[in-house]
Amino acid sequence: MLKVENLEVAYGGIQALRGITFEVPQGKIVTLIGANGAGKSTTLRSMVGLVKAKSGRISFNGADITNQPTHKTIAAGIATVPEGRRVFANMTVLENLKIGAYLRADTAEIKKDEEWVYELFPRLKERSWQPAGTLSGGEQQMLAVGRALMSRPKMVMMDEPSLGLAPLIVQDIFAMIRKINEMGVTILLVEQNANMALKTADYGYVLETGKITLEGSGQELAMDEDIRAAYLGKRAAKKGLVH
Amino acid sequence: MSLETVLQHVLAGISLGGAYALIAIGYTMVYGVLRLINFAHGEIFMIAGYLMIFSMASMPWQIAIPVVLIGTTLLGVFIERFAYSPLRSAPRMSIMISAIGVSYLLQNLATYLFTALPRGYPVIPFLKKVFQIGTISSSLVTFITPVITVVLVILLVQLITHTKIGMAMRAVSKDFETATLMGIQLNSVISATFAIGSFLAGVGSILYFTDRMSVNPFSGALPGLKCFVAAVLGGIGSIPGAMIGGFILGLGETFMVALGFSTFSDAFTFVILVLMLLFKPTGLFGEMEAEKV
Repeated sequence: MLKVENLEVAYGGIQALRGITFEVPQGKIVTLIGANGAGKSTTLRSMVGLVKAKSGRISFNGADITNQPTHKTIAAGIATVPEGRRVFANMTVLENLKIGAYLRADTAEIKKDEEWVYELFPRLKERSWQPAGTLSGGEQQMLAVGRALMSRPKMVMMDEPSLGLAPLIVQDIFAMIRKINEMGVTILLVEQNANMALKTADYGYVLETGKITLEGSGQELAMDEDIRAAYLGKRAAKKGLVH
Repeated sequence: MSLETVLQHVLAGISLGGAYALIAIGYTMVYGVLRLINFAHGEIFMIAGYLMIFSMASMPWQIAIPVVLIGTTLLGVFIERFAYSPLRSAPRMSIMISAIGVSYLLQNLATYLFTALPRGYPVIPFLKKVFQIGTISSSLVTFITPVITVVLVILLVQLITHTKIGMAMRAVSKDFETATLMGIQLNSVISATFAIGSFLAGVGSILYFTDRMSVNPFSGALPGLKCFVAAVLGGIGSIPGAMIGGFILGLGETFMVALGFSTFSDAFTFVILVLMLLFKPTGLFGEMEAEKV
């Protein structure tokens, strides 16, 4: 579905991505893991044209979307759940959902999708009229996901959805990611929490200082000694806590 | 001062305030969306005055008024496209300096084209009709200015809370990048903001100059500054705040004159600015820039 070939991105002379190639097949969960500053967020941002690619090619369902204006890529079916959730704090929960459907004109269907998101996240329905800024971190994350779903995306990109959330809530978030995937939405997941990400994903890529250094199925990567040492913590590796 | 005189001054004050409010909204909206103080806004208001003079020279007022409003709206959008939008990713100070540049450019252009001599503002017959309510008598424009202002503000607030473009404006004003990720096109939202602000400045200009009777290239400078103060007073970014701020300044100024301190009537405005910035920098209705991370 999404194909990235030799993508290079530079910010004012600093090379952030040094020619990465990866693929997200339809219906799958693919994760990019890596340390802070490895280029994970840059990768996502370049998919939707928020940063310009220097060279390389990004295609979505066969169409070239490299450096395409953001609104066109979104209309083509890619939605983003940004890092840090970034809900519109001063708008109500319902307004946040409505703005997720900004590019759509099918009012009746939008209404249905609102109900669908509320079914998915009953907590949001209870808080429909509350300003999004008053929600808890976990609820804001759900809202950010719901908002992304409102565009009826074919693929959702999630940037660090577990960031700053309590461990119990992190479990919920990953369960939700699987649930959304089961409904047919392809997912590209960027995470520092490699443990959870690899457990959830079908396939994973390891990004190190702008290069992909390793790839494999979620399970393979989770078992890899180097990855366990580098990203899953030495203790986890020693005790074999990761499966 | 008798009750009648007081009422007469109150009417004059809220009428002046209404015109201020319409201009102040332009400052507050542009600031809300771009965090830019559009220093050229007062000059847009002045150019609207000249547009009216030239339109009325060849057209009846029924046509001249829409022509002026459309022309002013386009001017605002045009200025944004050419002077501000190329600087979208530059430091904020650069846009601010560009705005100051546009302000002087328009002033000097007007001086060059129309000379610095004041030109008589045309009389729009129905606005000048004298009305009498009880013991207060004044021309129609004085009575309807505050009414038009309040109606336009109500419409504008409806637009911002209930329409798609309004929602997009609120989203852009809070978070450029996330708004973009929703598929909102920044440029069209910003153009819409400038269009609305300039349109209101056009309405304000007709009401203000009908009362003042002449326009010169510097007619926009002081009212522009005062309306900026009105926007700060109301809490920059808040539309109802800008309206209240406009009314407060209009009333304050009128009463300073009425009480015999006409020399200080302009100073009054700026004393308010200083006091506001010292004691309540967020203004009467401004939001705190609190961000939960």
